[in-house]
Amino acid sequence: MSRTSTSGAQVEVFSFSAPVTFGIPLIAIFLQAWLPLRLSWFSVLDLPLLVTIFFAMARRNPITGLLTGTFIGLFQDALTHQALGVYGIAKTVVGYGASSLGIRIDSENPGARMLLTLVFYVVHKSVYFLIAAGLVGQSLRWDWLHEISSAVANAIFGVLLYSLLDRFKRRI
Amino acid sequence: METVLGRYRNLIVLVGILFAQVVGLAVQVKRTTETESSLLIRVWAVHAVTPLEKGLGWVQTSSSSLWRNYLYLRGVRAENRDLKQQLEQLHIEQARLKQDADQAQRLQSLLAFRQQYISETLAAQVIGSSGSDQSHSVYIDKGAHDGLKPDMAVITLDGVVGKVLRVFPYTSLVLLIDDPSSGVGVILDKARLQGVLRGTPAGEITVERVMADEQVPVGEKVLTSGGDQIFVKGLPVGTVTQVKPGAELFLSIHVRPAANLNKLEEVLVVTKKVEKQAEPGDAGPVRASDILALRLPSVPLKDAPNAGEVSAEKSPSDSGKKPIPPAKSQPSQENPPR
Repeated sequence: MSRTSTSGAQVEVFSFSAPVTFGIPLIAIFLQAWLPLRLSWFSVLDLPLLVTIFFAMARRNPITGLLTGTFIGLFQDALTHQALGVYGIAKTVVGYGASSLGIRIDSENPGARMLLTLVFYVVHKSVYFLIAAGLVGQSLRWDWLHEISSAVANAIFGVLLYSLLDRFKRRI
Repeated sequence: METVLGRYRNLIVLVGILFAQVVGLAVQVKRTTETESSLLIRVWAVHAVTPLEKGLGWVQTSSSSLWRNYLYLRGVRAENRDLKQQLEQLHIEQARLKQDADQAQRLQSLLAFRQQYISETLAAQVIGSSGSDQSHSVYIDKGAHDGLKPDMAVITLDGVVGKVLRVFPYTSLVLLIDDPSSGVGVILDKARLQGVLRGTPAGEITVERVMADEQVPVGEKVLTSGGDQIFVKGLPVGTVTQVKPGAELFLSIHVRPAANLNKLEEVLVVTKKVEKQAEPGDAGPVRASDILALRLPSVPLKDAPNAGEVSAEKSPSDSGKKPIPPAKSQPSQENPPR
């Protein structure tokens, strides 16, 4: 148990079994690579990002959160033809941010979860854009309308996904 | 000191991990080839994900095949009848096109024209994508064990898809033509203008390096030029949909791909290409009089039978074929046709 800094109320810290810790991110990355070929609209969603946010918020440990983000991001990078580390860096930042915020606010609330996902989606995209365009030299296009609508879609889907993943939580 | 480290421990770890990744990125950007360690991560990732994709792909293909071939056969008889009609039409069309092709091949042989042909292809199934909007690439279920190598062309019956980028033992990564890092040498079918086809960050494809003063009509077919040494010449790439002024003095020509890159299921990998000179034998018998008629266009038509007596036994009437008439604008022998 730890206390939120905003309300002073105690918030629970959760852990996950090893199969869930490794299996859920793997399934998320697999679905992200497999489903868009069958359902093109699915590419709007970023399942590895949602899983990163979920694990980081549930564990409420910044180091575990950032490491989760790093591994998921690097794994995602490895499936692309691009340099390793672009998704890695973006998800490291998100993992750290989500777990740090998870300590301070009650992230079990669906409204808070939606808002956090919305914010972290934009943060993730911004960091990705910065690294890919600035460091790697990729030519990218930033479309605000597309990014905001994707953020909203991910936030809505995220709330549903988190409620499903909540079943795998274990109280410490 | 310990208190400071303890207080900022999380931040220090974050900065350390970010720094390590940035350094790793910088090293990769600087190097043109991949190191063993980075390859290993990719191999692990591919080996973790692709077996699932292959398994699900197999289940999907089997179930849809069972449904289509055994259960859902409604309308097959009518479809069969329509297809037979289409086949008859195509036979007529084929006969007409063969005459044109024969003539073209004869001309190519006279000009010692060397061309690449697709000799062998391997059918592969698309099992997954890269999972990123920024990386337009797909995985196929054939790899090094099937004889695949990097830079092999990947096509469908509709047109060009991309090229093999990375080969793993049982899978391969194919870079699609709509990726910004891909480049295909192309030629516009009628305008005969050459350019480079590239993907855009928005997922479109454009032809670059065509001068702004050229006329390119919308609807023009875009074919491979063979200049990139990956795709053989003449494969369909797409159709011009929009032409507008681009950067510097070049046009920005938007192209709709011939192959549906968003719905790829099965592709063909070109595993072998052969380069050969078009031979007269390929297009059926060619008479010496035909060759003379082309090489010596100044020889009057009425003398052609005499020439035929010298080097060819058959007269045009015997063969049942018309002799190839000399070109109207007769080039001199100092300037043979190119």
